[in-house]
Amino acid sequence: MDLSAIDPLVLLASLMVAATPILLAATGELVVEKSGVLNLGVEGMMITGAICGLAVAVETGSPALGFLGAALGGAVISLIFAVLTQVFLANQVATGLALTLFGLGFSALLGQGYIGVKPPPTGQVPIPGLSEIPVLGRVVFSHDLIVYLSLILVALVWAVLKYTRAGLILRAVGENHGAAHALGYKVVRIRVLAIMFGGALAGLGGAYLSLVRVPQWTEGMTAGAGWIALAIVVFASWKPWRIILGAYLFGGITVLQLNLQAAGVKVPVEYLSMSPYLITILVLVIMSSGRSRAALNAPAALGQTFHASS
Amino acid sequence: MTGRETLLSIEGLTKAYPGVIANSDVSFRIGLGEVHALLGENGAGKSTLVKMIYGLVRPDAGRMLLRGAEYAPADPHAARKAGVAMVFQHFSLFEALNVAENVSLGMENPPSQGQLARRIREVSQAYGLPLDPARLVGDLSAGERQRVEIVRCLLQDPKLLIMDEPTSVLTPQEVEILFRTLRQLSAEGTAILYISHKLEEIRALCDTATVLRLGKVVGTCTPRAKSARELAEMMVGKLLNETRRSGSAPGAAVIEVQGLSVRSPNPFGTALKDVSFSVRRGEVLGIGGVAGNGQDELLAALSGEVSAPKGAVMLNGTDIGALGPNGRRSLAVLSAPEERLGHAAAPDMSLTENAVLTGAAREGLVRGGFVNWGKARAFAERIIREFDVRTPGPGNAARALSGGNLQKFVIGREILQRPDVLVVNQPTWGVDASAAAAIRQALLDLAEGGTAVIVISQDLDELMEIADRFAALNEGRLSAPRPTEGLSIEEIGMMMGGAHGMEVAHAQG
Repeated sequence: MDLSAIDPLVLLASLMVAATPILLAATGELVVEKSGVLNLGVEGMMITGAICGLAVAVETGSPALGFLGAALGGAVISLIFAVLTQVFLANQVATGLALTLFGLGFSALLGQGYIGVKPPPTGQVPIPGLSEIPVLGRVVFSHDLIVYLSLILVALVWAVLKYTRAGLILRAVGENHGAAHALGYKVVRIRVLAIMFGGALAGLGGAYLSLVRVPQWTEGMTAGAGWIALAIVVFASWKPWRIILGAYLFGGITVLQLNLQAAGVKVPVEYLSMSPYLITILVLVIMSSGRSRAALNAPAALGQTFHASS
Repeated sequence: MTGRETLLSIEGLTKAYPGVIANSDVSFRIGLGEVHALLGENGAGKSTLVKMIYGLVRPDAGRMLLRGAEYAPADPHAARKAGVAMVFQHFSLFEALNVAENVSLGMENPPSQGQLARRIREVSQAYGLPLDPARLVGDLSAGERQRVEIVRCLLQDPKLLIMDEPTSVLTPQEVEILFRTLRQLSAEGTAILYISHKLEEIRALCDTATVLRLGKVVGTCTPRAKSARELAEMMVGKLLNETRRSGSAPGAAVIEVQGLSVRSPNPFGTALKDVSFSVRRGEVLGIGGVAGNGQDELLAALSGEVSAPKGAVMLNGTDIGALGPNGRRSLAVLSAPEERLGHAAAPDMSLTENAVLTGAAREGLVRGGFVNWGKARAFAERIIREFDVRTPGPGNAARALSGGNLQKFVIGREILQRPDVLVVNQPTWGVDASAAAAIRQALLDLAEGGTAVIVISQDLDELMEIADRFAALNEGRLSAPRPTEGLSIEEIGMMMGGAHGMEVAHAQG
């Protein structure tokens, strides 16, 4: 066993890259859940984004268009979920699971012609000035644009939820859809938009895997990242900044797992790959045992079907 | 109404839902600054009518004129712009948001949060409704929550304020303060459309009353000129029977609760703190109090849904605190919770199945793990017959019954199992007057037969009518029970916790 082979700086830098897909997907899911909808189809939307992004990038030769296509693909497939749960009032849990299964199969079909094809490389954009700071510059400020974008999005989501009227209405809908409806807010429309936003971010996250992390297409390449994203939203107790903490923690475990393997540590990899879920379960238990208000930050209408009966 | 300029006139409004006509050709006028009562039983069409005025529901026919101009709001935003505001029966508030955020959600063009907080303070002081804009609504009492709703309406300077059953969650003192605010508003020229079925309140507050029955206007009157009984008979359309009480003296104590403290199973619930009382054979104990002060928890602790500490709940001297609901049922301690759909009955199951759910042991409906459906059906039919439950048959789903009929079924199911102790929570909530009278009479008859009955209710008139002794829950504590005879409404109000710190503001104003 040779732990000195693990360079902490490289580990940190690659941690940010490894965490970006789940950070994006979890940020999107946070917005969806804040509006009171539980979409378990993150995995399916991510993998759809992964193949859409790769296909568009390969065909156009532009990674930027690829990411755009991935966001669009994710949003479109999330519309299936939106229509089923918001218009036809289907059960959200069952529909979300179906969306994941559908996404996995559908992406495999789309990906038939792209197996082994290399996408055009996504360039790194060191931030001028900041990237020259010793140590920190190399770790934090020498990534591609999507890494920065994912952090900016978290800040944006936080600010919108906290300071704007749109954010207030979104939270209100997730808190008590009956009251929001009585005050004249369009509950279904707001939720459909939130679901599409979540789909777009999950798609971006998926494309980050197929265009940057791997970078190529293999069936089922998200390998549970969508489920980790769902777990992170709960872990973060629906607070945007904690999403970063959760994503980097779980992203870190993924990277560490690879490094430990390379260093020949005798801990079975399976323990590390189950650790994100174990931590989430632990957090859930701790959260629900403390009954204080702050601990129960879940949107009150989460997962409930809304029907304007009046 | 003479001498008042008409603010809103409603002409021939009609609204039908599949299978039911909610409003049929409803017409009346509301004058400027008038306090107008809308009276009617549950299902008379009051809610549909005000939803049409507030833009939540579109009428099928008829029209409304606001100050002579055509008024047809497409949604609540349009209604608010026209100067119509509404305080809802079930609050339209968001518990996880603070007061200022809640107010802002109900406004068309809210100012910045800082400015809004200042205006909330100004308006709430001017009307004697003190509020802290930064507090979370989830932490407020029911009375304070209603203040949030009212202040939200007042900030928009409404011409017409609709109030749907505003006093059902208030203590008598809080009602008095609300009325003062409403009179002040009315004097300033704001018209108020006041929905309630508390007749004494309507007689005290309102200038005019329109009575609805089965979706039609059946009369208009000046409430002060009528007695509460006359108003009730206008609503129901028939003469009401008064409940009969037996004069028999209660016997020995059956159930004794001593120093009962339990945490609430619900995160927003109220823990019970050191609750003590006893109920004797043939006695009815009435437990009042504003909703959310431990009523659900008390029922849960008595029914066995929540286990009680050692020695806290004694039945004839034996500790039953550790027993679950089935254990207690077999000892003839039965209960009927408040929430009919989902707690007292499983909504999508048939009445027969619902009868089995609590009657299995005492009625011998299950043998060796198998349900005897013939016997279960006979039991359900007996409940339907003896309690006049209007339904095609015991095969109907509980959900398909109206609130009053399902309540008669739920109460009947427990009464027919011959309880020694019966605990009911809100036995006549949302039940029409004649069904409510039947349920109250059934509870009194049960007590006469020697059962100890505990009635938890927010309807003080109901408790005064049937209870021998009265106690009030306030923040999880139970006041010492007192005989209902000779108890004044002020004393009851104080037992319920007074006006929750509102007196001071009024003394200043």
